[in-house]
Amino acid sequence: MIEFRDVTLTYPEAAKPTLTGVNLEIEEGELCLVAGRTGVGKSTLLGCINGLVPHFTGGHLRGAVLVDGRSTADHPPRELAEVVGVVGQDPLAGFVTDTVEEELAYAMEQLAVPSDVMRKRVEETLDLLGIAELRSRSLRSLSGGQQQRVAIGSVLTAHPRILVLDEPTSALDPTAAEEVLGAIMRLVHDLGVTVVIAEHRLERVLQYADRVLYLPGDGSVISGTPTEVMEFSEVAPPVVQLGRLAGWSPLPLSVRDARRRASELREALEGHPAPAPSTPNGTSSDAALHAEGVLVTYGDVVAVRKVDLDLFAGSIVAMMGRNGSGKSSLMWALQGSGKRDSGTIRVFSGQGVAEDPAKLSSREARQRVGLVPQTPGDLLYLSTVAAECTQADVDAGAEAGECDRLLERLVPGIDREIHPRDLSEGQRLALVLAIQLTASPAVILLDEPTRGLDYGAKTNLAKILGELAASGRAVMVSTHDVEFVATCADRVVVMAQGEVVANGPTAEVVVASPAFAPQVAKILYPSEWLNVAQVAHALEPTR
Amino acid sequence: MPEIRRPEWNRLPRDLHPGAWWIWALGMATAASRTTNPLLLVIVIAVVGLVVSSRRSDDPWARGFKMYLMFGLVIIAGRIAFRMLLDGQYGEHVLFTLPELPLPDAAAGIRIGGPVSLEGILAALYDGLRLATLLICLGSANVLANPKRMLRSVPSALYEIGSAVTVALSVAPQLIESAGRVTKARRLRGDVGRRTRWFSQVIVPVMTDALDRSLLLAAAMDSRGYGRTSGVARSSRRVTAVLVIGGLLGICAGTYGLLDSSTPWLIGMPMLVVGLTVSVIGFIASGQRVPRTRYRPDTWNLAEFVVAGSGVATAAVMFVSSTVNPGVLNPSLQPLSWPPLPLMATVGVLIGAVPAWAAPVRPKPRVQGAPR
Repeated sequence: MIEFRDVTLTYPEAAKPTLTGVNLEIEEGELCLVAGRTGVGKSTLLGCINGLVPHFTGGHLRGAVLVDGRSTADHPPRELAEVVGVVGQDPLAGFVTDTVEEELAYAMEQLAVPSDVMRKRVEETLDLLGIAELRSRSLRSLSGGQQQRVAIGSVLTAHPRILVLDEPTSALDPTAAEEVLGAIMRLVHDLGVTVVIAEHRLERVLQYADRVLYLPGDGSVISGTPTEVMEFSEVAPPVVQLGRLAGWSPLPLSVRDARRRASELREALEGHPAPAPSTPNGTSSDAALHAEGVLVTYGDVVAVRKVDLDLFAGSIVAMMGRNGSGKSSLMWALQGSGKRDSGTIRVFSGQGVAEDPAKLSSREARQRVGLVPQTPGDLLYLSTVAAECTQADVDAGAEAGECDRLLERLVPGIDREIHPRDLSEGQRLALVLAIQLTASPAVILLDEPTRGLDYGAKTNLAKILGELAASGRAVMVSTHDVEFVATCADRVVVMAQGEVVANGPTAEVVVASPAFAPQVAKILYPSEWLNVAQVAHALEPTR
Repeated sequence: MPEIRRPEWNRLPRDLHPGAWWIWALGMATAASRTTNPLLLVIVIAVVGLVVSSRRSDDPWARGFKMYLMFGLVIIAGRIAFRMLLDGQYGEHVLFTLPELPLPDAAAGIRIGGPVSLEGILAALYDGLRLATLLICLGSANVLANPKRMLRSVPSALYEIGSAVTVALSVAPQLIESAGRVTKARRLRGDVGRRTRWFSQVIVPVMTDALDRSLLLAAAMDSRGYGRTSGVARSSRRVTAVLVIGGLLGICAGTYGLLDSSTPWLIGMPMLVVGLTVSVIGFIASGQRVPRTRYRPDTWNLAEFVVAGSGVATAAVMFVSSTVNPGVLNPSLQPLSWPPLPLMATVGVLIGAVPAWAAPVRPKPRVQGAPR
């Protein structure tokens, strides 16, 4: 179905090729997972399939890519529209029209599908993806999961034989991601569509994949079954990491596989006490921020409903909950620059002085509470990393070079002369975090920093947050990523409809919950193990 | 009063073709442009108001009719005010005298202030009323026809322009959204109030954001088949473009000539016909080369003919009536007299009310699922 023949791709002005000598073949009806760290060329590989690379992006492609027998060399993307459907990360960015029904019809209009066939296919697609009741809704009024399903539907109506998805769930909360992945599985099983999907959170897709294309980062692509590839893959979900630790062969790919194998491991761990909640060296006397009855409303919508919250110096709090449950509104209110209708917020700085950040100037407020927003790039406006760092020193009144030093400690080796836009997601996040830390706030808030980060970048972020907490700061991070929460958070706050529905130590909140339990906890239930590192630590003396 | 059973062609609720509403509204506007008779103009406004109130939808763009009425009042008021100030004396019935501003001799013939006559005010009122009526007629088309549907039914030669406008319309709210986000984010860096850097701090991130989005959109459109030309020569595309644009210019000139009775007759009807023919040829030629279809195209049925026809009929009757008896359409103010109400023109304007009954009712939006 898809064939790469000795493909080497070099972008203009790039020192070395992004893909070198790639030979691979993807059979009809396969679900093919593309895995690898950020920046190794996953998107490039996906773009090659419908010719967007190099027709749209530029670059030089040697070798041949054959799709359903057609070469992308002489078929630009628009001529392949009825063979390959492409869905990107941000569905809203790809919408052309403004209602669901018209969006579904758009590709067919371009392909000159007769009117009656169009009508029929739109109805079929609406039912297939379970979006029939949304048909006349405006695209912007839909939730993220609904938008992504419409985006998939809008390419499906052209009846492509291949569906290419570039991180379709990275911007979605876990439930919405399940909706979308469920829809994709149905397409694979019921329609026999060939699906090529890139996904950071392998734990969601790995067990369904027929083949994994692994990009180690040197430009090559290794193709194999999931079990084969996971033996050596640098990116691996916790279930695989646990399997490697326990020496299971073949490696388990799903929680179900692992749990059936794990009785021995569970026994081995029995003698060890389940890890004690890693922190509370924080007591109420160390409170860094105290919020009471915080209320945020937008018109009729109550975003945050009378929330009480304490953040303690030296601890990391994870905030979880659906998209739209009020996490961001709460963070902005706590920082002081967001809207707050009522309630009190006090930040304790040094000698027991309590201040309300909303009453301070924005310059003073950021010296108390620093916030890294959901799209960190919004804070960047200069043309080099070095300029941003210098500006940050001036803004914060810190000594020259402070921000640069912080950045070097967070992520070493970033080229200071490149444009902030050219940084990877993880690097850009580190830059903004460094800028905010230059003002040395006692409380630091991060709004969904794990979006688009791979396992390596997430481990790094967890380490950074750990160091921040160790240096006596209070850290709060909102995220959808349960595995990330399991590795770094001391406490978890769960929000729903603007209210706090759970607030307690991570293990207590997370282990018994079907939605929020990390893989390790599910495998080793009922003991309260959260991550592979804990298990490894417990087993160490016995080995 | 029991509802009269409607004939089948307009019984089922549906959206009328937007083109039909536009033709009707242009017909009404043309009729209004031919007269300064205040009685006739008021009847035109009443007819348009009746049709709008009985056939508009609840969508956001359809709530603007009141705004057009207000704007009409502003026009009339402005017209009268200027007339009083600049050239108030026109007839003998002087109502009052404004203080006059002495002007140098060089400005002879121009007078500011001075006596204001009833004739002057009435002439300004009639003229302002005509302008207001034209505006209200065109506004009614905007209220009755979904502007986006109108864009969708443009001929395929104009398809590219149509989709550019559609995309632009959806980009505007995105720009506002990202400007809001960036402005909020600025405060996180703690430098509010320094106006000098506002430009680089807000415009730069917003523009890079917009650029990123437009690249994503272009990639998405490309991979969904936008712009498939299936091997049509560039030269033939140029010829059709010239035909279409030239024809449209002809139509514009012709319409202008038709509306302004002081231009030579050659720029009137003949120009319009030539322009129409040329552009129709262009549209047909371009329509044949673009392999593209429409999803649920708006249909043109009997109801559309009736609605568009009623507008055309109103304009036609007004034309005939203006050649037969121009005096009653532009009533004289010297001597001052009550304006006459000509029978033929009145009947003509009333024909314009037919859509209030003949156009099918709007479909009621069905509540499916829980709207957010």
